[in-house]
Amino acid sequence: MTHQLRAEGITLGYDHTPIIDGLDLEVIPGAITVIVGANASGKSTLLKGLARLLKPEAGQVTLGGRNIAALSGKKVATVVGLLPQQPIAPDGITVADLVGRGRYPHQGWFRQWSSTDDEIVAAAMAATNTQQLAARRLEDLSGGQRQRVWIAMALAQDPEILLLDEPTTFLDVTHQIEVLDLLLERNRERGTTVVMVLHDLNLAARYADHLVVMRAGSIVANGAPAETLTADIVRHAFDLEAAIVPDPVCGAPMIIPIGRFHGRVSTAETPEVWQSKPVRI
Amino acid sequence: MTALQKADTAPRSVPPLARARAGRRRRERRIVLVLVGALVIVAAFSLAVGAYSLSVPDLLRTLTGQGSQSENFIVLSLRLPRLTLAVLVGVAFALSGALFQTVLRNPLASPDIIGVTGGASAAAVFGLLILGFGSVATSLAAFAGAIIVACAIYLLAWRGGVVGYRFVLIGVGVAFMVQGLLGYLLSRADLNDAQGALLWLVGSVSGARWQDIAVVAVVLLVLLPVIRLLSGRLRALQLGDDLASSLGVGAERTRLLLLVIAVAVAATATAAVGPLAFVAFVAAPIARRVVGTGGLALVPAALVGSLITAVADFTAQHLLPGQLELPAGIITGAIGAPYLLWLLATSNKTGKGA
Repeated sequence: MTHQLRAEGITLGYDHTPIIDGLDLEVIPGAITVIVGANASGKSTLLKGLARLLKPEAGQVTLGGRNIAALSGKKVATVVGLLPQQPIAPDGITVADLVGRGRYPHQGWFRQWSSTDDEIVAAAMAATNTQQLAARRLEDLSGGQRQRVWIAMALAQDPEILLLDEPTTFLDVTHQIEVLDLLLERNRERGTTVVMVLHDLNLAARYADHLVVMRAGSIVANGAPAETLTADIVRHAFDLEAAIVPDPVCGAPMIIPIGRFHGRVSTAETPEVWQSKPVRI
Repeated sequence: MTALQKADTAPRSVPPLARARAGRRRRERRIVLVLVGALVIVAAFSLAVGAYSLSVPDLLRTLTGQGSQSENFIVLSLRLPRLTLAVLVGVAFALSGALFQTVLRNPLASPDIIGVTGGASAAAVFGLLILGFGSVATSLAAFAGAIIVACAIYLLAWRGGVVGYRFVLIGVGVAFMVQGLLGYLLSRADLNDAQGALLWLVGSVSGARWQDIAVVAVVLLVLLPVIRLLSGRLRALQLGDDLASSLGVGAERTRLLLLVIAVAVAATATAAVGPLAFVAFVAAPIARRVVGTGGLALVPAALVGSLITAVADFTAQHLLPGQLELPAGIITGAIGAPYLLWLLATSNKTGKGA
């Protein structure tokens, strides 16, 4: 059973100051949707609204056609999971304990822990390559390991739709790729719908099946990366001049920011880079 | 509905996980056993030692109902109620502190620091000094005082939600106001009355009556299973509001529910014995440090709390030089204050702040 997650004319904000005003979005089941946009464009707010963390002041978010606000939190949590940007962990918590807490929505008042929980937690840790860390304390791990553990927790929740708020922030480039590959693998192998906020446009273009570009609380472009990441849209959304070339590795659009000091050489004079053939690895 | 099929989980990766969980449980169980053992020893000392000391066989004989009349009176009517009350309020204060600290994610959030037990004191002293209340009415006033102060802090801290540090800061402010009120009440009172009120203010389990014990016991019997049922939500709430909500735990509602329970437990204990300083504040952190698995450690915390109050009362009665008998609250204060200093010093060093 696949559930359709949809925002219908939602207005979201804090203290009655709307950050997002009357936004519509249909999350495509089984695809990876990446939300990009300048700081304070409402990306995280949108994710929170989709995950039922923030109640819309107008409009509604529907899951499988039903208003998400009218569903029980636990019920939603078995289908939609959100990994916040900076999750909090209690002091001294071990990796296995933390990942296990992702099973909460699947447990009842009296049924506390089952062998199915064990198997799913083990699979989540295997998928994120964190089994060897099971008995370690979270605070003793490196940043990359810690992020894999958090993702393991989100996978242990076993949601059909996984929302992630900047899962690669604070990671070096190797670990960014590692995390994104992990999510891509999950998506391709199990059909988990992934919606994530990313800051790196090039990684967004590479990993997204579907790209949502936001500016000041609205969506300015929505579609395949090749259609949405044009120089015009980048200029409009980010107030940035950029050259767009095909990514030599996979052909996705690649953004070369220009800035104030480096725009003197015409892009037409430096064609070698983007005419090179995609590299096979 | 789960997307995960049993077939593609690697069975060989289950054992380390189960082993890690069993290890955590074993460690906690071992610590619980040690704490129970320590509590039994302290209890035996509390019942046997005093102006009239009993041997262990005599004590056992008396506890099984075969003691002499004087032994029965000393052990069963004087020492046992006192010990029982000390143990029960220790559990109550410790759990209240543990809930406050976990729900507000702040080690300073405990009913004695943020003025909840202070509110109970002020109301009790107001009843004693101004309204001439008897002991039952004083207890009721104390209970009401704790609830009123807690509600006031919650409402003042509310800004579309409650954040731990704001709650704590407002609570500390309220605690100062309550202290001011107490000072005013005491300075206006007759000297003899003020002395009686002061004894209550320090917190003491002497003169424990079975009806006080029954009230604390009933409240604990009702609320302990509730806390047990809510422990899953509490564990989710430890991960922050966003993650808790995304796991299906309504953060704000759960926090309010758990705070109500924590206040009720602290108010009951304060109404029975006065504000035993710092028990609520230190018990849970000590227990968590000893267990060290990042779990809730509520059972060890409760045991640490009762051990602190029982040892404090025993120390106050027998271990200090001179024939002076002090209220237990002085001893718990003497333990708690250095811990507070240590906490402030170390949390500043790691940059976590309060």
